[in-house]
Amino acid sequence: MASESEPICLHYEVPGNDFTRAGEASADLKARLKALGFPSAAVRRAAIALYEGEINLAIHAHGGHINVSVTPQRIDMLLWDEGPGIADIPLAMSEGYSTAPDEVRSLGFGAGMGLPNMKKYTDEFELTSTVGVGTRIAMAVYVS
Amino acid sequence: MMTEELCTRCGFVPAFDLPAPTRQVTGGFCGDLLSWAMGRAGEGSAWCTVMGSINAVAVASLADTAVLVLCHSAVLMDDAKQRALQQGINVVLTDLPEFEAAAAIAKQLGL
Repeated sequence: MASESEPICLHYEVPGNDFTRAGEASADLKARLKALGFPSAAVRRAAIALYEGEINLAIHAHGGHINVSVTPQRIDMLLWDEGPGIADIPLAMSEGYSTAPDEVRSLGFGAGMGLPNMKKYTDEFELTSTVGVGTRIAMAVYVS
Repeated sequence: MMTEELCTRCGFVPAFDLPAPTRQVTGGFCGDLLSWAMGRAGEGSAWCTVMGSINAVAVASLADTAVLVLCHSAVLMDDAKQRALQQGINVVLTDLPEFEAAAAIAKQLGL
């Protein structure tokens, strides 16, 4: 597992509207955490939350950036973008609400469960957004 | 029950040599919306869907489902097959509708 004093830091760039590549960051994180011997429940929760974030970046924000910091105690994930931002955060957080276009829905996305799943599978979740500037999401999964 | 045994009993056809034939199946899930599956498909479940895309394979991997059951003769896309092989994801095919495939799985699992 990661040492107590030196967190493992990872960075990913997510391209916009490329749904064949969205998921690479979460797949990579999952593989690394498993190799490091993290508990499977924590690995699963972190990977699911990050995948939802990747998809949101690809669908809504024309891409974005991810930083991950891993220690034996917690997995911190920071996602940010320079996309259109979210005007009504409480509405965006409600299950089933989605602004995804039809072509994205036809791929199986756009169920309006992305942000709720991110919150559901993490122990800390903070979303800040400014319309016209971008969105920032900080999440953490506790390992134990 | 192991994936290979379950799929044989249900008449499902492997899309390729199953990479994890001994993976235990502990339940089932039906649905085509990926975030819905991600949030609700249990670890070790047999996921019945018509989504044969690379993203469905990604969800199956991240949600740790035991096997992706492509129903209604849905097609497994080439890039999805490659990703499934890379990530060791079991994928099987059936012409059964999702309801009937799920019923067959439930019967075999005694659910």
